[in-house]
Amino acid sequence: MGLGQLYNRQWTKGVLFLLAHITGITLITTVLSNHIIGFFTLGEQGQHLVKVGKIYKNVPGDHSIFMMIYGLLSMMVVLLYVFIYVMNVRDAVANGRLREQGLPTKTFIDSIRHGVHNNFPWLILAIPILGVLFFTIMPILFMIFMAFTNYSAPNHLPPKNLVDWVGLQTFKDLFTLNVWSDTFFGVLTWTIIWAILATVTCYFGGILVALLVNQQGIKLKGLWRTLFIIPYAIPQFVSLLVMRNMLNDKFGPINQYFRFLGLDGLPWLSDPFWAKVSVIVVNMWIGIPVTMVLVMGILTSIPKDLYEAAEVDGATPWIKFRNITMPFVLFSTAPILITQFAGNINNFNVIFLLTKGGPSSIDYNMAGKTDLLVTWLYKLTLENNKYNVASAVGILIFLIIASVSIFSYTRTRSYREEDMIQ
Amino acid sequence: MKTKRSVRLFFSYLLLILIGIASVYPALWTIMSSFRAGDSLFSDTFFPKQFTLKHYSDLFHPENIAGKQVPYVKWYWNTLKIATMSMIIGTLIQLLTAYAVSRFRFKGRKTLLSTVLVLGMFPGFMSMMAIYIFLVQLNLLDTPWALIIVYSAGAALGLFVAKGFFDTIPRSLEEAATIDGANHWQVFMKIILPLSKPIITYISLMTFTGAWMDFIFAGLILRSRDQWTLAVGLFNLVDSYSSTAFTLFAAGAVLVAVPITILFAFTQRFLVEGLTSGASKG
Repeated sequence: MGLGQLYNRQWTKGVLFLLAHITGITLITTVLSNHIIGFFTLGEQGQHLVKVGKIYKNVPGDHSIFMMIYGLLSMMVVLLYVFIYVMNVRDAVANGRLREQGLPTKTFIDSIRHGVHNNFPWLILAIPILGVLFFTIMPILFMIFMAFTNYSAPNHLPPKNLVDWVGLQTFKDLFTLNVWSDTFFGVLTWTIIWAILATVTCYFGGILVALLVNQQGIKLKGLWRTLFIIPYAIPQFVSLLVMRNMLNDKFGPINQYFRFLGLDGLPWLSDPFWAKVSVIVVNMWIGIPVTMVLVMGILTSIPKDLYEAAEVDGATPWIKFRNITMPFVLFSTAPILITQFAGNINNFNVIFLLTKGGPSSIDYNMAGKTDLLVTWLYKLTLENNKYNVASAVGILIFLIIASVSIFSYTRTRSYREEDMIQ
Repeated sequence: MKTKRSVRLFFSYLLLILIGIASVYPALWTIMSSFRAGDSLFSDTFFPKQFTLKHYSDLFHPENIAGKQVPYVKWYWNTLKIATMSMIIGTLIQLLTAYAVSRFRFKGRKTLLSTVLVLGMFPGFMSMMAIYIFLVQLNLLDTPWALIIVYSAGAALGLFVAKGFFDTIPRSLEEAATIDGANHWQVFMKIILPLSKPIITYISLMTFTGAWMDFIFAGLILRSRDQWTLAVGLFNLVDSYSSTAFTLFAAGAVLVAVPITILFAFTQRFLVEGLTSGASKG
């Protein structure tokens, strides 16, 4: 690299490229290639005993997980090198053409100025892209690879033991081994039921409340609106933890009121059925204000002349509502419905803070009756160290969300016509 | 006709009042509990028989509750620091990213947008373990900077809200400025930003509250009790002492919720704009 630029008499640029080339090659031959090989072997020997003199000593072996991460990082550096290389060749060719035509080539300062102006978007995107690359893309790649290893407690945890590539074994276990498949399909079913119920209740609940406040003849609209927004304004983790205490079987105020009315209290969070009811109701409390705020915004944007025209034609309030208000609201909020559905599949906070996935059950492996796939994933990773299964579950969640989202994006008009407003 | 209308209004008001009670009850109950003497969850009456400010003073004098380690002031300061820093850096990154993809048509733009969409579909925890190992290597574990970096690094992925907003700003303004000799940077600072106050408010609020409320990443990264944020600390308070420290938790929760609730109240009108622009333009 760089020789092309030197040939074109662009000295500074040429030297810079040459330097990049030398560092790149040295790095690749000395450090990076070892790491990349390590990525494929994941180590030869775990922690083991070595006889030193008369006693056995514990010697640290290869740490498969670190090897994997270093391997990934090294591959990224190599890719960066290839990228610079391609840029270099392109630049040399372009300048060579200029020279053939007898035109002057740009000076170093000029080309920097030129680059800043023409590649402005890439310039301001550089930092975000680096951040996303290291803190989102690399971790995700790492976890995807992990699903194809046997990285899990108790037998394959570095530094004591090695981790190996096992191909699709984890997925196979997840679908066929009863220990996993019962839990997986149980949790999956509840996740889908939850996502549908949570979305539908919040959506229609929100529309209903908004219409209620916006009715003709209701006074103090602003007051009601502010009152109903309160649940949205309180930090979620606070209100959820409070709810968890309110629904406490023995001491919580809700059961206290039940007893006051002469009824037995209900096991809100400890019985599988009631726990499911509780999470959905509490989620309504949190989710309805969001939809309400949105719908109220839409209601004010409906053109008034539509209603006037309808009145002239003698339409009753019900007909106006059904033929003007509802279509308008439904049409504008349909994309939100799908986003909320996808969000609810991953609604970690409500479940985890309220029930922690419980009540636990003997039917399930490391999961409780209200666990969603995400909360199960959390438990698998942080509480049970079953990293490979957790990654496989993560990939499956991704597939579900991706199919839902693709369905919605292809149907959102604004995505296709984004250049319409100029 | 007249009676029908008043019946309808009567039931509407009834419903509104019921929903209103349901909306504010948990908050009121928590406030009442925070003033109640004793430490138990249970109480015979809604209004405490005996008002006390002891729980609030306990929060500021952790030596009084030596059995429970609750360095509340420290947590508050940690949270404030992390949330403010992430808000500033995160908002800036998000705005710049959104501006770049909204205003420029460059090679690889569509790929970039689809990549962001796809990345957004992975559950966030999937990356936790890798980030954890990464931070161990960088020697950043258990420091506030680790959280600030993680939050800000992810901020760019939320670009669609701001992009949706920028898309609606007419191009003619910038073209005029460019003719007058402004460069890209000046256009962004002098034309786009002043026009985007609602969306800047919305994004700042969201990144601030996001950092304020996160307890998953924070719990993983901040290992020692003194480094915790409020969310981690309060979650732990409920989790490990369950119903025996409830009044203390209530007082802590009130102090956490008040600033956020006030922020929301002041920025209410921007919220609608943010919500709709993110949702329909995504």
